[in-house]
Amino acid sequence: MKESVETALVNAQHASTSKTTLGFWIYLMTDCVLFATLFAAYVVLRDSTFGGPSARELFDMPFVLTETLLLLASSFTCGLAMLAIRQANRTQVLGWLVATFVLGATFLAMELSEFAHLVNEGNGWQRSGFLTAFFTLVGTHGLHIATGLLWMGVLGVQLARRGFTAGVVRRLTLFSLFWHFLDVVWIFIFTIVYLMGVAV
Amino acid sequence: MRKGDGVTLGSYVAGFVGSIVPTFIAYILVVHHVLSGGWLIAAIVALAAVQLVVQLVCFLHLGHEPNPRWNLLMLGFAVLIIIIIAGGSLWIMYHLNYNMTTEHMNTYMRDHEGF
Repeated sequence: MKESVETALVNAQHASTSKTTLGFWIYLMTDCVLFATLFAAYVVLRDSTFGGPSARELFDMPFVLTETLLLLASSFTCGLAMLAIRQANRTQVLGWLVATFVLGATFLAMELSEFAHLVNEGNGWQRSGFLTAFFTLVGTHGLHIATGLLWMGVLGVQLARRGFTAGVVRRLTLFSLFWHFLDVVWIFIFTIVYLMGVAV
Repeated sequence: MRKGDGVTLGSYVAGFVGSIVPTFIAYILVVHHVLSGGWLIAAIVALAAVQLVVQLVCFLHLGHEPNPRWNLLMLGFAVLIIIIIAGGSLWIMYHLNYNMTTEHMNTYMRDHEGF
Protein backbone atom coordinates (compact mmCIF):
# COMPACT_ATOMS: atom_id res chain seq x y z
CA MET A 1 0.00 0.00 0.00
CA LYS A 2 2.71 2.43 1.02
CA GLU A 3 4.59 1.62 -2.15
CA SER A 4 1.61 2.34 -4.38
CA VAL A 5 1.12 5.72 -2.70
CA GLU A 6 4.77 6.53 -3.36
CA THR A 7 4.45 5.40 -6.97
CA ALA A 8 1.40 7.60 -7.36
CA LEU A 9 3.31 10.55 -5.91
CA VAL A 10 6.26 9.99 -8.22
CA ASN A 11 3.92 9.67 -11.21
CA ALA A 12 2.10 12.86 -10.24
CA GLN A 13 5.43 14.66 -9.94
CA HIS A 14 6.51 13.41 -13.37
CA ALA A 15 3.23 14.53 -14.89
CA SER A 16 3.57 18.01 -13.40
CA THR A 17 7.24 18.27 -14.47
CA SER A 18 6.40 17.24 -18.02
CA LYS A 19 3.55 19.79 -18.08
CA THR A 20 5.97 22.51 -16.93
CA THR A 21 8.48 21.41 -19.56
CA LEU A 22 5.80 21.54 -22.26
CA GLY A 23 4.80 25.04 -21.15
CA PHE A 24 8.41 26.17 -21.32
CA TRP A 25 8.83 24.47 -24.70
CA ILE A 26 5.83 26.46 -26.00
CA TYR A 27 7.56 29.66 -24.84
CA LEU A 28 10.70 28.57 -26.73
CA MET A 29 8.62 28.01 -29.88
CA THR A 30 7.17 31.54 -29.64
CA ASP A 31 10.74 32.78 -29.23
CA CYS A 32 11.53 30.89 -32.45
CA VAL A 33 8.82 32.92 -34.21
CA LEU A 34 10.32 36.15 -32.81
CA PHE A 35 13.75 35.22 -34.18
CA ALA A 36 12.22 34.15 -37.52
CA THR A 37 10.69 37.62 -38.01
CA LEU A 38 14.05 39.25 -37.18
CA PHE A 39 15.77 36.91 -39.65
CA ALA A 40 13.19 37.82 -42.33
CA ALA A 41 13.79 41.53 -41.67
CA TYR A 42 17.55 41.00 -41.87
CA VAL A 43 17.40 39.10 -45.17
CA VAL A 44 15.12 41.75 -46.71
CA LEU A 45 17.39 44.62 -45.59
CA ARG A 46 20.71 42.87 -46.19
CA ASP A 47 21.55 44.81 -49.34
CA SER A 48 20.18 48.13 -48.09
CA THR A 49 23.61 49.43 -47.10
CA PHE A 50 22.84 53.07 -48.05
CA GLY A 51 26.35 53.49 -49.45
CA GLY A 52 27.86 52.14 -46.22
CA PRO A 53 29.90 48.97 -45.76
CA SER A 54 28.35 45.60 -46.60
CA ALA A 55 28.57 42.37 -44.64
CA ARG A 56 31.61 41.26 -46.64
CA GLU A 57 33.64 44.30 -45.59
CA LEU A 58 32.64 44.21 -41.92
CA PHE A 59 32.79 40.66 -40.63
CA ASP A 60 35.91 39.10 -39.18
CA MET A 61 35.36 35.39 -39.84
CA PRO A 62 38.00 33.75 -37.56
CA PHE A 63 36.60 35.87 -34.71
CA VAL A 64 33.04 34.70 -35.44
CA LEU A 65 34.16 31.07 -35.71
CA THR A 66 35.72 31.35 -32.24
CA GLU A 67 32.43 32.76 -30.87
CA THR A 68 30.54 29.86 -32.48
CA LEU A 69 32.86 27.24 -30.97
CA LEU A 70 32.62 28.86 -27.51
CA LEU A 71 28.82 28.77 -27.59
CA LEU A 72 28.77 25.21 -28.88
CA ALA A 73 31.17 24.11 -26.14
CA SER A 74 28.99 25.84 -23.52
CA SER A 75 25.95 23.94 -24.84
CA PHE A 76 27.96 20.72 -24.42
CA THR A 77 29.08 21.50 -20.84
CA CYS A 78 25.47 22.42 -19.99
CA GLY A 79 24.50 18.92 -21.16
CA LEU A 80 27.24 17.43 -18.96
CA ALA A 81 25.75 19.34 -16.00
CA MET A 82 22.39 17.69 -16.75
CA LEU A 83 24.10 14.28 -16.71
CA ALA A 84 25.74 15.04 -13.37
CA ILE A 85 22.28 15.84 -11.94
CA ARG A 86 21.31 12.21 -12.61
CA GLN A 87 24.23 11.05 -10.51
CA ALA A 88 23.20 13.60 -7.86
CA ASN A 89 26.79 14.86 -7.80
CA ARG A 90 26.46 18.47 -6.64
CA THR A 91 30.14 19.41 -7.01
CA GLN A 92 30.21 18.10 -10.56
CA VAL A 93 26.98 19.91 -11.52
CA LEU A 94 28.35 23.17 -10.10
CA GLY A 95 31.65 22.62 -11.90
CA TRP A 96 29.98 22.15 -15.29
CA LEU A 97 27.69 25.13 -14.63
CA VAL A 98 30.73 27.31 -13.90
CA ALA A 99 32.34 26.07 -17.16
CA THR A 100 29.10 26.84 -19.06
CA PHE A 101 28.95 30.28 -17.45
CA VAL A 102 32.56 31.15 -18.30
CA LEU A 103 32.16 30.00 -21.93
CA GLY A 104 28.85 31.89 -22.28
CA ALA A 105 30.28 35.03 -20.68
CA THR A 106 33.32 34.93 -22.98
CA PHE A 107 30.98 34.60 -25.97
CA LEU A 108 28.97 37.61 -24.81
CA ALA A 109 32.12 39.66 -24.15
CA MET A 110 33.36 38.89 -27.69
CA GLU A 111 30.00 39.88 -29.17
CA LEU A 112 29.98 43.16 -27.23
CA SER A 113 33.53 43.93 -28.34
CA GLU A 114 32.46 43.29 -31.96
CA PHE A 115 29.54 45.71 -31.49
CA ALA A 116 31.79 48.31 -29.85
CA HIS A 117 34.28 48.00 -32.70
CA LEU A 118 31.53 48.51 -35.32
CA VAL A 119 30.08 51.52 -33.49
CA ASN A 120 33.52 53.10 -33.01
CA GLU A 121 34.22 52.79 -36.73
CA GLY A 122 31.03 54.75 -37.41
CA ASN A 123 29.11 51.62 -38.44
CA GLY A 124 26.48 51.68 -35.70
CA TRP A 125 22.84 50.70 -36.08
CA GLN A 126 21.92 54.14 -37.46
CA ARG A 127 24.34 53.79 -40.40
CA SER A 128 22.06 51.76 -42.73
CA GLY A 129 19.04 49.49 -42.89
CA PHE A 130 21.40 46.53 -43.09
CA LEU A 131 23.18 47.48 -39.86
CA THR A 132 19.89 48.21 -38.07
CA ALA A 133 18.67 44.71 -38.92
CA PHE A 134 22.05 43.21 -37.99
CA PHE A 135 22.22 44.84 -34.55
CA THR A 136 18.57 43.99 -33.83
CA LEU A 137 18.93 40.31 -34.72
CA VAL A 138 22.34 39.63 -33.17
CA GLY A 139 21.62 41.95 -30.23
CA THR A 140 18.38 40.13 -29.40
CA HIS A 141 20.31 36.86 -29.29
CA GLY A 142 22.95 38.52 -27.08
CA LEU A 143 20.21 39.76 -24.74
CA HIS A 144 18.92 36.19 -24.42
CA ILE A 145 22.45 35.02 -23.60
CA ALA A 146 22.80 37.75 -20.94
CA THR A 147 19.46 36.67 -19.41
CA GLY A 148 20.63 33.05 -19.50
CA LEU A 149 23.84 33.97 -17.66
CA LEU A 150 21.84 35.73 -14.94
CA TRP A 151 19.50 32.73 -14.65
CA MET A 152 22.47 30.35 -14.49
CA GLY A 153 24.03 32.39 -11.69
CA VAL A 154 20.83 32.31 -9.63
CA LEU A 155 20.43 28.55 -10.18
CA GLY A 156 24.05 27.94 -9.18
CA VAL A 157 23.50 29.74 -5.87
CA GLN A 158 20.20 27.87 -5.27
CA LEU A 159 21.85 24.53 -5.98
CA ALA A 160 24.79 25.29 -3.70
CA ARG A 161 22.51 26.34 -0.83
CA ARG A 162 19.50 24.03 -1.15
CA GLY A 163 20.88 21.00 -2.99
CA PHE A 164 18.80 18.82 -5.31
CA THR A 165 15.27 19.87 -4.38
CA ALA A 166 12.50 19.16 -6.91
CA GLY A 167 12.22 22.86 -7.72
CA VAL A 168 15.95 23.35 -8.35
CA VAL A 169 16.16 20.26 -10.57
CA ARG A 170 13.09 21.37 -12.55
CA ARG A 171 14.51 24.86 -13.09
CA LEU A 172 17.89 23.43 -14.13
CA THR A 173 16.11 21.22 -16.70
CA LEU A 174 14.25 24.21 -18.12
CA PHE A 175 17.45 26.25 -18.15
CA SER A 176 19.24 23.55 -20.16
CA LEU A 177 16.44 23.66 -22.77
CA PHE A 178 16.82 27.46 -22.96
CA TRP A 179 20.59 27.30 -23.32
CA HIS A 180 20.53 24.58 -26.03
CA PHE A 181 17.84 26.57 -27.84
CA LEU A 182 20.09 29.66 -27.95
CA ASP A 183 22.82 27.53 -29.51
CA VAL A 184 20.35 26.40 -32.21
CA VAL A 185 19.45 30.03 -32.96
CA TRP A 186 23.16 30.89 -33.20
CA ILE A 187 23.68 28.20 -35.91
CA PHE A 188 21.31 30.22 -38.08
CA ILE A 189 22.91 33.56 -37.22
CA PHE A 190 26.32 32.07 -38.07
CA THR A 191 24.99 30.67 -41.37
CA ILE A 192 22.60 33.38 -42.57
CA VAL A 193 24.29 36.52 -41.24
CA TYR A 194 28.00 35.68 -41.24
CA LEU A 195 28.68 32.86 -43.72
CA MET A 196 26.17 34.06 -46.33
CA GLY A 197 27.17 37.67 -45.72
CA VAL A 198 30.74 36.85 -46.70
CA ALA A 199 29.82 34.30 -49.40
CA VAL A 200 27.37 36.36 -51.45
CA MET B 1 13.20 12.98 -15.52
CA ARG B 2 12.53 9.49 -16.81
CA LYS B 3 14.61 6.61 -18.06
CA GLY B 4 14.83 6.41 -21.83
CA ASP B 5 14.44 10.15 -22.33
CA GLY B 6 17.69 10.30 -24.29
CA VAL B 7 19.84 12.06 -21.68
CA THR B 8 23.12 10.11 -21.99
CA LEU B 9 26.78 11.00 -22.33
CA GLY B 10 26.71 9.41 -25.79
CA SER B 11 23.95 11.72 -26.99
CA TYR B 12 25.81 14.84 -25.81
CA VAL B 13 29.11 13.74 -27.36
CA ALA B 14 27.29 12.89 -30.63
CA GLY B 15 25.59 16.30 -30.53
CA PHE B 16 28.88 18.10 -29.94
CA VAL B 17 30.79 16.28 -32.69
CA GLY B 18 27.78 16.40 -35.04
CA SER B 19 27.67 20.18 -34.66
CA ILE B 20 31.37 21.00 -34.70
CA VAL B 21 32.12 19.04 -37.91
CA PRO B 22 29.43 20.77 -40.08
CA THR B 23 30.48 24.14 -38.59
CA PHE B 24 34.08 23.62 -39.71
CA ILE B 25 33.08 22.28 -43.14
CA ALA B 26 30.78 25.28 -43.76
CA TYR B 27 33.48 27.68 -42.56
CA ILE B 28 36.14 26.16 -44.83
CA LEU B 29 33.78 26.12 -47.83
CA VAL B 30 33.13 29.84 -47.43
CA VAL B 31 36.52 31.18 -46.33
CA HIS B 32 38.62 29.15 -48.79
CA HIS B 33 36.17 29.65 -51.69
CA VAL B 34 35.84 25.90 -52.30
CA LEU B 35 32.44 26.37 -53.92
CA SER B 36 30.74 29.45 -55.32
CA GLY B 37 27.33 30.89 -56.13
CA GLY B 38 24.22 28.80 -55.69
CA TRP B 39 26.10 25.62 -54.80
CA LEU B 40 27.87 27.32 -51.90
CA ILE B 41 24.59 28.67 -50.49
CA ALA B 42 22.90 25.28 -50.91
CA ALA B 43 25.83 23.56 -49.17
CA ILE B 44 25.94 25.85 -46.12
CA VAL B 45 22.14 25.78 -45.72
CA ALA B 46 22.25 21.97 -45.85
CA LEU B 47 25.04 21.92 -43.22
CA ALA B 48 22.98 24.25 -40.99
CA ALA B 49 20.00 21.88 -41.40
CA VAL B 50 22.18 18.93 -40.36
CA GLN B 51 23.24 20.81 -37.22
CA LEU B 52 19.63 21.75 -36.48
CA VAL B 53 18.51 18.11 -36.57
CA VAL B 54 21.57 16.91 -34.60
CA GLN B 55 21.00 19.47 -31.84
CA LEU B 56 17.22 18.92 -31.69
CA VAL B 57 17.74 15.17 -31.23
CA CYS B 58 20.97 15.05 -29.18
CA PHE B 59 20.73 18.20 -27.03
CA LEU B 60 16.99 18.90 -26.83
CA HIS B 61 16.12 15.15 -26.85
CA LEU B 62 13.28 15.57 -29.30
CA GLY B 63 11.78 12.22 -30.25
CA HIS B 64 12.47 10.72 -26.81
CA GLU B 65 9.35 12.10 -25.16
CA PRO B 66 6.41 9.89 -24.20
CA ASN B 67 3.33 9.84 -26.43
CA PRO B 68 1.47 11.97 -27.30
CA ARG B 69 4.35 14.02 -28.66
CA TRP B 70 3.19 17.50 -27.73
CA ASN B 71 6.70 18.95 -28.03
CA LEU B 72 7.05 17.71 -31.59
CA LEU B 73 3.55 18.98 -32.42
CA MET B 74 4.40 22.44 -31.04
CA LEU B 75 7.61 22.49 -33.07
CA GLY B 76 5.63 21.60 -36.19
CA PHE B 77 3.17 24.40 -35.48
CA ALA B 78 6.02 26.89 -34.94
CA VAL B 79 7.58 25.82 -38.26
CA LEU B 80 4.23 26.42 -39.99
CA ILE B 81 3.97 29.93 -38.51
CA ILE B 82 7.59 30.63 -39.48
CA ILE B 83 6.97 29.50 -43.07
CA ILE B 84 3.93 31.78 -43.28
CA ILE B 85 5.51 34.84 -41.63
CA ALA B 86 9.18 34.67 -42.65
CA GLY B 87 8.74 32.82 -45.95
CA GLY B 88 5.75 34.96 -46.90
CA SER B 89 7.59 38.21 -46.09
CA LEU B 90 10.61 37.19 -48.16
CA TRP B 91 8.40 36.10 -51.07
CA ILE B 92 6.50 39.40 -51.11
CA MET B 93 9.59 41.59 -50.66
CA TYR B 94 11.50 39.69 -53.34
CA HIS B 95 8.71 40.24 -55.89
CA LEU B 96 8.39 43.86 -54.85
CA ASN B 97 12.09 44.38 -55.48
CA TYR B 98 11.99 42.33 -58.66
CA ASN B 99 9.04 44.13 -60.20
CA MET B 100 9.85 47.61 -59.01
CA THR B 101 13.31 49.10 -58.60
CA THR B 102 13.72 52.27 -56.54
CA GLU B 103 13.81 54.27 -59.76
CA HIS B 104 10.52 52.73 -60.93
CA MET B 105 9.00 53.47 -57.59
CA ASN B 106 10.04 57.11 -57.66
CA THR B 107 8.66 57.54 -61.18
CA TYR B 108 5.44 55.77 -60.23
CA MET B 109 4.96 57.89 -57.15
CA ARG B 110 5.67 61.10 -59.07
CA ASP B 111 3.23 60.23 -61.85
CA HIS B 112 0.42 58.67 -59.88
CA GLU B 113 0.53 60.03 -56.39
CA GLY B 114 1.48 63.60 -57.18
CA PHE B 115 4.68 63.63 -55.08
